[in-house]
Amino acid sequence: MTIEELDQIAKSVRAESAKYDYEINVCMGTGCLSQHSDKLKEALATAVAAQGKRVLVRRTGCMGLCAAGPLVLADPDEILYQHVNESHAEAVVASLGSEPIAALQCELREHFDQQVHVVLENSGHIDPERIDDYISHDGYRGLLMALTDMTPNGVIHQVTESGLRGRGGGGYPTGLKWSTVAKASGDRKYVICNGDEGDPGAFMDRSVLESDPQRVIEGMAIAAYAVGASKGYIYVRAEYPLAVSRLTTCLRDARRRGLLGNNIGNTPFNFDIEIRLGAGAFVCGEETALIASIEGRRGSPRPRPPYPAVSGLWGKPTLINNVETFANIAPIIRKGGRWFAGIGSERSKGTKVFALTGKITHTGLVEVPMGIKLKEIIEVIGGGVPDGHKFKAVQTGGPSGGCLPAEMLDIGVSYDALIKVGSIMGSGGMIVMDDTSCMVNVARYFIEFCMTESCGKCIPCRAGTAQMHTLLTRICSGSGTMDDLDLLIELCDTVKSASLCGLGQTAPNPVLSTLRYFKDEYIEHIQHKRCPAGVCNMQPVAEVLA
Amino acid sequence: MPAFNAPPLPSDDKRWKIVNGTMRKNGFARHALIETLHTVQSSFGYLDDEAIRFVALSLHVPLSQAYGVVTFYHYFSLKPPGKHTMTICTGTACFIKGTDKLLAAAEKRLGIPQGQTTRDGKISLTTARCVGACGRAPVVLTDGEVHGLMTGDEMLAQLERWAVE
Repeated sequence: MTIEELDQIAKSVRAESAKYDYEINVCMGTGCLSQHSDKLKEALATAVAAQGKRVLVRRTGCMGLCAAGPLVLADPDEILYQHVNESHAEAVVASLGSEPIAALQCELREHFDQQVHVVLENSGHIDPERIDDYISHDGYRGLLMALTDMTPNGVIHQVTESGLRGRGGGGYPTGLKWSTVAKASGDRKYVICNGDEGDPGAFMDRSVLESDPQRVIEGMAIAAYAVGASKGYIYVRAEYPLAVSRLTTCLRDARRRGLLGNNIGNTPFNFDIEIRLGAGAFVCGEETALIASIEGRRGSPRPRPPYPAVSGLWGKPTLINNVETFANIAPIIRKGGRWFAGIGSERSKGTKVFALTGKITHTGLVEVPMGIKLKEIIEVIGGGVPDGHKFKAVQTGGPSGGCLPAEMLDIGVSYDALIKVGSIMGSGGMIVMDDTSCMVNVARYFIEFCMTESCGKCIPCRAGTAQMHTLLTRICSGSGTMDDLDLLIELCDTVKSASLCGLGQTAPNPVLSTLRYFKDEYIEHIQHKRCPAGVCNMQPVAEVLA
Repeated sequence: MPAFNAPPLPSDDKRWKIVNGTMRKNGFARHALIETLHTVQSSFGYLDDEAIRFVALSLHVPLSQAYGVVTFYHYFSLKPPGKHTMTICTGTACFIKGTDKLLAAAEKRLGIPQGQTTRDGKISLTTARCVGACGRAPVVLTDGEVHGLMTGDEMLAQLERWAVE
């Protein structure tokens, strides 16, 4: 495969679509599929046949606005319809070329206008299971450019220049990680894509893997070329069956097209990817635990150093990046690191995909430039809190992050700014809470999560989270004391500083941040035995007292 | 390839051949343990002692280690599932939208705590740590099918339909 051949494929795809007057894109991500968008697509195809119009009905990935699903995008006029079901199929097809159906039209300019799509540029526009669709949208051009015109160091230079930082949450500079692996000595190196999206309430990786899987494969191949690896693994949660099946199809197609396998792009570069299924363990998002899991063992983390970049999978130098990080690579190579560095804020470059959920009007997936104010994401893009309720907090970073109150909404979204106010960027979950949520109960929920998910290897995490959970349960049931609160703070410090891996080190964050901004709620629970949000059942439980 | 005596298949059940196929594809390497257990669970619905022993012997993994892996990961189940499975998502977005109440209602209706199956073997009640459909929270899976914006009445009606089948 050469760049000329890619152009040929793109040309034939365009010639094919020129045969049609219109295109109807039907969202078939998990969100819309759960509302039977597959049947909707069939109904649309039937209607097209019946009305004799020249219309291409295409399955696409996520269009982002899950709250309004199933979504249908009619091209070339770019009319977005929401809440479409089978009974609307005939009307939608009939409306092509004439007046759009006002009742179904989704007019959310402010939702889409603020967004900048880099990772999601193809989501909702291409059929995720057709590699030619991806190629016609500049797919694999980055890989072939890297292989034919750039040295591995040149690739790393572009990534470094882009300022891209790890999108899994840690924010480690990607270029630096790549160059460490490239410099590590070893005859065999591995590239691993971390798709173990364990953060409950986040679905960016699932959406990227379902909507544009080839982009992740291309990013991994470029990374493998840069660091000198010939084998890659994608570690995906078994809870994402659709992503797994689409990835399987895409890997097969990429091999058939000669974009994976031996002598890719008629160069000596060989690379192939295997899928490994996660089995439901949050701790496997930690890189050393993930490696243990790929090796077929329990997902227990080990102390670092040595870092996986030096000694990772089977003791070989291993590059681990998140799905979204890899999804950023192809455009960086195609358009140059400087282009990417032009987006975003001072120390956080590019865009970030967020899964906007909870008590917010427009739930779904959004991609925004770094540095955008939280307020803009929540009030403008997200449409604010529905049903006349009052905004209380926004949670970022999942079980490792924190809850930020309304006063903090003016900060710009970046790795450093979020850490400064007691939360983290995390992988991109953003959960909005209103006045019906009790912050003590939320803290207890996250600690319960960490307690169950603790692998049990180190004591501060294993025993610490369990004790914290007991204390929080006591406070939530009205039998807590002010001493409990002091003990809780002390425990947070111990667990944070003495745990082995990221899970334990960050587990106290939800408690610390709620204590920082919502201490009055804790005190209300303890001193007045009252839950301000009316969530907690203030009846002392016998087993807690015992 | 080193000389290798694979243990015989536990029975004539054709599904064992699928399990064996996964192991063969991975060259009977030890690191194929989790992959193989996934195949067993998707073919049989759960992992029993016989299956774990067969896989462990085939891959030369100590039984203790195989059992350790099975119990470490939430996805693996040691008990056979009921005829139908109701899975309630307990991810953060669903939690904020009140799935704890859905779970309590289901537990009360079925008379079993989560993770168990009704005595007649008809319905299993499980929870999931986020299925990634947070945009449609609260989410409930009925026999693996995702249903968003679930209400208590809707969920109980489904349980009722299964119960009278």
